[in-house]
Amino acid sequence: MSNTNSLSYVRKEMLEQQPAPRSQVGFTRWMRENLFSGWFNSILTIVSIFVIYKILAGTLPWLFGGVWDATSLEQCRTILNERFGNTHYACWAVLTERWNQLLYGFYPETEYWRANLAFFLMLAALAPVLFDKVPRKMLYLTMAFPFLLVWLVWGGAIWGVTSVAVGFVLGGVAFKLVDRFGSMALSAIAAVAVAVVWWLLIGPSVVEGLNSTLPLGHLEEVQSRDLGGFMICVIIGISGIALSLPIGIVLALGRQSDLFIVKTICVGFIEFIRGVPLITLLFTASLLLNYFLPPGTTFDLTLRVIIMVTLFSSAYMAEVIRGGLAALPKGQYEAADALGLDYWKAQRLIIMPQALKISIPGIVNTFIGLFKDTTLVMFIGIYDMLGLSNAIRANAAWNGIYWELFIFIGLVFWICCFAMSQYSQWLERKLRTDHR
Amino acid sequence: MKKSVFLGALTLAGLAAGTAMAQDSSTLAAVKERGVLKCGVNPGTPGFAAPDANGNFVGFDVDVCRAVAAAVLGDSEAVEYTPLTSAVRFTALASGEVDMLARNTTWTFSRDVDLKNTFVGVNYYDGQGFMVPKDLGVSSAKELGGATVCIETGTTTELNLADYFRVNNMDYEPVPVESFTEAQTQFLAGACDVYTTDASALAASRASFENPEGYVVLPEIISKEPLGPLVRHGDDNWGDIVRWSLNAMIAAEEYGVTSANASELANGTENPEINRLLGVEGELGAMLGLDNAWALNILTQVGNYGESFEKNIGENTPVGLARGLNAQWTEGGLIYSPPFR
Repeated sequence: MSNTNSLSYVRKEMLEQQPAPRSQVGFTRWMRENLFSGWFNSILTIVSIFVIYKILAGTLPWLFGGVWDATSLEQCRTILNERFGNTHYACWAVLTERWNQLLYGFYPETEYWRANLAFFLMLAALAPVLFDKVPRKMLYLTMAFPFLLVWLVWGGAIWGVTSVAVGFVLGGVAFKLVDRFGSMALSAIAAVAVAVVWWLLIGPSVVEGLNSTLPLGHLEEVQSRDLGGFMICVIIGISGIALSLPIGIVLALGRQSDLFIVKTICVGFIEFIRGVPLITLLFTASLLLNYFLPPGTTFDLTLRVIIMVTLFSSAYMAEVIRGGLAALPKGQYEAADALGLDYWKAQRLIIMPQALKISIPGIVNTFIGLFKDTTLVMFIGIYDMLGLSNAIRANAAWNGIYWELFIFIGLVFWICCFAMSQYSQWLERKLRTDHR
Repeated sequence: MKKSVFLGALTLAGLAAGTAMAQDSSTLAAVKERGVLKCGVNPGTPGFAAPDANGNFVGFDVDVCRAVAAAVLGDSEAVEYTPLTSAVRFTALASGEVDMLARNTTWTFSRDVDLKNTFVGVNYYDGQGFMVPKDLGVSSAKELGGATVCIETGTTTELNLADYFRVNNMDYEPVPVESFTEAQTQFLAGACDVYTTDASALAASRASFENPEGYVVLPEIISKEPLGPLVRHGDDNWGDIVRWSLNAMIAAEEYGVTSANASELANGTENPEINRLLGVEGELGAMLGLDNAWALNILTQVGNYGESFEKNIGENTPVGLARGLNAQWTEGGLIYSPPFR
């Protein structure tokens, strides 16, 4: 104890708090821990940086030094030679020159407003389906949109599409009327029967009469051959997506049905369509269908393609949804039965909301696949963006151009598909009801 | 579109009910009723067929379609072009999806006989050649043993290539590509040492390269490629119409009838053959089931063979082909029309 005082120095007050060493905070620490945490990782980091630098040094000047204003590849090369002394730069001028063609195909230039209007209406019609904050009244626009699309894009008088719409309305009315008396199946049959009778027997003559007496809202008719570019991808893609989901749900339910004939038909359809490549179906639609049709009939090419693409993706959709149905615990079905719900009510209120939620990633996967598959129409002579890239290069002015077109097309598809994928992730987060 | 939806649905219903409609097999009647000719063309070969910036098809093969439309319907613009890849062209013709093909198709025995097509003539005599980069240091096709070769699938060039290398006892490695533009890109990117296709396409392709001097077309022509329009078997009258539409263009060049002077000559000339061609004398049009001014329509709206050649693929165009074998027979070529009598 006595030698306590003999210590030469005792600290009396606390040290000032020092900031942490530079190497332990912020970016430096992050680098130390993630990039240079050992001699091996340090080497890897340096090599990676070098590789990234090389790639960027090679591509960035090419991307950003490109020419935007020229009328042919020849002129592009002349400009580049004057500016840089070589031609190792992009020639984006092909995009500025053929921009309209890549977007609209061979759609008549004076009618572009129709395509644009249809596109914005499409966005407006999709909004209430995709986001529940949008006013519900807009669903009426969604219901009317398919008919508006056909009228705007293909033109003609308004009566043809109106007649088709009237068929649906009459079918709906018949459904409501018969529904009071009894079973769902009976009313469904009645609805279909009424609609078909209208479409085939009454509608056409009414349309003919109205067209000749009162040609209201007549737009210049555009042939299916003239549609192309991004527009045809969107038309086929959106139609396929919108139609394949309900058809897929019906097929998935049919496959699980106890009714032998319904089940056999659904299984047969799904397995047949899934067993055949899409390109084969498209070839059949575009080249072989004429064997089965009487001479002189025309069956619109775009319509054939939409039907085939829809059938194809609805078979996949059915399997995706069946996966969701199978993932639901049996207790959910039993709970629905215990509540005394009939089959359709159980599906609508209990089974489907959960099964569809589980299937979202798979459904969106199928949608994205479908949208990208629309480029296959190039092989049956429809000029989508890829087909146009070939056609543009077959022109003497742009013969020899390659990367610029494909980078642009790739970018357009990436934007669309990435948007779909982001939406599905948002939806999954929104619908998550379990506690984590 | 709406009308065709109804028609399609009606048709399916009709088929389901088992009511087979009477088959009207006359293509001419079908075309006249439709008011438009459906013509199968190449989706994109410079000079022969390609859509321009406005979506109108132009080219040397396209002119044959336009000529037939002018003869049958009196309007060379009444054509619906169906772009077809080489793999599907015959199926499309056989199924009736198109009325005729004018799609640089080589006339061969098996395509004529086995695939049941009728080739109605030759509008371009071609032959298969090879192009290599100069750096390869090759001066003859005989030195190409072991080379990688870019080749379009489903074409006669593919088969000729196999034959040629077998005869000369060499190996090669094929790089299959889908289209002309694709092949060109692959070749420029160095995916193959050799690019082989019809010599006309090689010339067109080389002209578009950034440095054409870096590439040589080898001297060997290894095959005969008579390219011509064709129709399906079984409708000889329709075949006659397409054949004589082409012949009218050829004969007109021989007699010096052009798009500029055809209307004037149609008032009557001293030359009875020209008179018969232009419908001033005789009933040639009626024999085909057409208007007597059929050939006059072709010549005023499309022009003669030589005009079409010069406009689309001649020496003053980017394709830059010489007449060569495709000169009139009077000038040492093979282009020859039977007499209009």
